[in-house]
Order: sequence, then C-alpha cells, then structure tokens
Amino acid sequence: MNIPADLRYTASHEWVRNEDDGTVTIGITDHAQSALGDLVYVELPDVGRKLAAGEACAVVESVKAASDVYAPIAGEVVAVNEDLSARPEAVNEDAYAAWLFRLRPDGADRASLLDAKAYEMTIGET
Amino acid sequence: MGEASEATASPFVLPSGDHVLKKTPLNATHRAANARMVDFGGWDMPVHYGSQIEEHHAVRRDAGMFDVSHMRVLDLHGQGARDFLRHALANNVDKLKTPGKALYSCLLNPEGGVIDDLIVYFLREDWFRVVVNAATADKDIAWLRDLLREAAAGLELRVRDDLAMIAVQGPSARAKVWQVLPQARSATEPLKPFNAAIVDDLFIARTGYTGEDGFEIMVPAERAPALWQALERAGVRPCGLGARDTLRLEAGMNLYGQDMDDAVSPLESGLAWTVDLESARDFVGKSALGASAPQRQQVGLVLEDTRGVLRAHQVVHTAQGDGEITSGTFSPTLGRSIALARVPRGVEPGERVEVAVRDKRLAARVVKPPFVRNGKVLVEGHAKAAT
Repeated sequence: MNIPADLRYTASHEWVRNEDDGTVTIGITDHAQSALGDLVYVELPDVGRKLAAGEACAVVESVKAASDVYAPIAGEVVAVNEDLSARPEAVNEDAYAAWLFRLRPDGADRASLLDAKAYEMTIGET
Repeated sequence: MGEASEATASPFVLPSGDHVLKKTPLNATHRAANARMVDFGGWDMPVHYGSQIEEHHAVRRDAGMFDVSHMRVLDLHGQGARDFLRHALANNVDKLKTPGKALYSCLLNPEGGVIDDLIVYFLREDWFRVVVNAATADKDIAWLRDLLREAAAGLELRVRDDLAMIAVQGPSARAKVWQVLPQARSATEPLKPFNAAIVDDLFIARTGYTGEDGFEIMVPAERAPALWQALERAGVRPCGLGARDTLRLEAGMNLYGQDMDDAVSPLESGLAWTVDLESARDFVGKSALGASAPQRQQVGLVLEDTRGVLRAHQVVHTAQGDGEITSGTFSPTLGRSIALARVPRGVEPGERVEVAVRDKRLAARVVKPPFVRNGKVLVEGHAKAAT
C-alpha cells in the first residue's frame, strides 16, 4: 500500500500536505481510492467556505458507493481541484497527485494528524 | 472519508460481525489474482480484480466471467415434481415442455411478497433444477421443505453443494467456452436462450444476468479452478460482483433485496411478466395478488445531471407523487447514472422527475428498462424523442 512518509493522515483516510505558503492540501489516500473503486463523481466545497475540523465538506462517489470527505483540520477553503469534475478517475490513477482542496488553517494545531506509520497501523491488513 | 449520510448500504459491504465467511471453490483463485474481496451475503466474494468499469466493458465488448458459486443449486426429484412447482412458483412451469428449458420465476409468500427470484430448469418429469440467490438460500430451502411437507408428495429436495458455477458472458463468450470445452460444442451450439444441456458432468445453460449472450456453467466443485484458469487463458476476463451489478442494472434486471423483497408485490416490482394470472392454476400468493390493484410500478431513470449518482433509497419526486429508487449506479455503457425506481402508477416514460441527491434535486428522465442489451443502448433514441 502506497503511504508516502512526507504526508500526514487522518483515520478517516484523508492525506494532508503542508505547503510552503502556510496552506495545507488535502486528498484521499491510496487505500481509500482502492476501497472505493472507480470514481465517477467528486463534489468539492466552495472556495471561501470555513470548515470546522472533522466537518464533512466533499463527496467522492465511485460506481459502488458515495463517501464523505472530512476536513482534517479547521480552516478556510482557498482552492479546489477543478480538474476532478471532468476526470474523477485521476484519483484512482494517483491519489496523492489528484488533490481535492486546499485550506488556510485557522491555527497551527496538527496534533490529531497521523504520520505514515500510524496511518498504516489504522488500516492494518484485512 | 466515510460513508456519506445518504449513501445507501452498498450490497457489497454488508455489516460483518465476527462470523466466518463462506468460501466458494474458487476463493483461493480470486485471492491469488489479488481480487478485492467483500462480504456478500455471508460469502467472501470478489468485487473486482482491479477496475470494475474495465470488467464491465469486457463483458459488453468481448467476454468476462463471474464466480457465481455462492448461488445455490437445488434439485427436486420425484414423481409429481411439476405439480409441486405449479403450486409453489408464481410463473407457470407448464411453459417448460422440452428438457433443458429454463423459466424465471418468483417464489411468493402467501401475502404475495417475493421470498426470492429463481431460475427453474425442466430436466425430466421427475427432476427439476432450481437456482436461488445466495443470501436467501437458507430461507428458500426452509420454505420449500415446508411446502413439500404440506404437499406430502414424497419429493426430495437435494442441495447441490458439490457444484460450482461460472457465468461466462459477452458477445465472444460462447466461442471462448467452446475453445476450452470443445466436447460441449455440439450439445450447446443449438441451444436457444434460456435452455440448458448436460454434457458429461457439466450443466451448461444459455442464461445470465448481464444482458449479453453467454453460458452459465455448473461444474463439480473440485474442477472449477482448472476450468476458470483455462477460460482465462482463452481470453475471458475475470469479473467481480461489482461489474455484475452494473451489468444487470443496465440490463434492467432486478436484484433481490433491493428491487424486490418479501414485503412488496411482484406487480409493483416490474415482475408482472413473470406472474401467471391467466391460467386457472392456483399458486402460493395468488389470492393476495388479486385482492388489491397495484398502486405503484417499476420504471427506469436516466440522470440528466452529472452532479451525483443515483442510489437506492433516494426519493423520486414525480407529478403523481413521490417514489423511491430501488437500485442506482453509474452506468459505464451510457456514461451517466441510471436507476430502477418504484413510483406511483401513471408516471410515463419520457416524463421528467427530480431525485433528491444529498442537498440537491437532480433532473432525471423516466425510461422503460432495459437500458442496454447485447451491447446496444436502448434508451438513447428515447432521449432524442423526449427533447
């Protein structure tokens, strides 16, 4: 399973990347895309929307099922990946390149996020 | 990420406790192929081997195969088997006149609800074969044994756990089966759809659940892996239950537990064509069906919007009142979302309705299923007529 060491994760299968400008980029993990199967629709939050940590803010739908995506930390949406509306399958092809949205965090608190090793433990092997 | 609030429980992710999942004779084959396995009605089954959509297209364009060994094969033996089934089934087994002929039927409860849907094959007057769904098999067997006791007919119902079943489907399916089983060609090439032949220890039926041509092959369990591998070498693509679901939905075929169940009349589930109310024959559930006129009907929906996917339990708003989606998915062949829905009578093909998808109401068009058969889209001409 592909779990890059330089990212942070949530137990609900989002990945989080710290950008140089202080924003964070968010997507869903390789494990998540694999569990969902072929994605056919991605619904993203509006730019400018303020999110609480853990708030459902995006939806990824595969042939099989719809899943909510949660904000890993509190913040304001500053960008969304518009390319995904035409090519949701990009998430299946490379879950870490096909980001969903970018947040400007409200604070610096990242304590709840997992590192790669801790995330790997949460998904385990079934 | 988590299951969306309005996402329905997918049929592939049934709640699993600590119970041990049942395995088909092909389980190790699927695992060796790195299939993604899920709990399907208590069975450990492959949902896909990489891409559900590619598997779907393989069946529409060439040939794919499904392990359907979780379905249960029941053999009814004894004199009077036809009389018993005439009473037990909603469709009329008197339509089965030649050996090998198959019939699709509902098994109804006395209230007229659907216990299960099944295929019954006539083999001899003292031997009929019935194939039922996996998740309902135990319930079906218990019900049939109750009926057998009541009938005191001296018939025997044998559960054929010794058989595996592989469905090979697609425009090239039959040719590839004959490549692998040349000895079966002479007996199976003349078979018309919904007919079966017995070739040595194989039972080969020209049936399926995809809307494409092909065979369903029952094979002794211990020989199933070798047959599967030979078919794969012949270019038949392994397909999981995910593709099976999108294929059957495009073909307008019901799934038990979603599009029909024990609380709803088959006449409100798009199954009137399988219920024989013409003949004088009495059968379980008949009087209940006759007691009240159906208020609802099954229709197909094609989503005109691209902002979402139709799913079971979404509410359908029509000019005649509200209805509900019973099965919905993204159709790989149409490239848009489709659904089967139960709506008030009077809703007509061509009408536009609105479906509640999360916080939106999305426009959909009412169509008459099937959506796709034998590789052809059957609802687009209608789309042009409607616009």
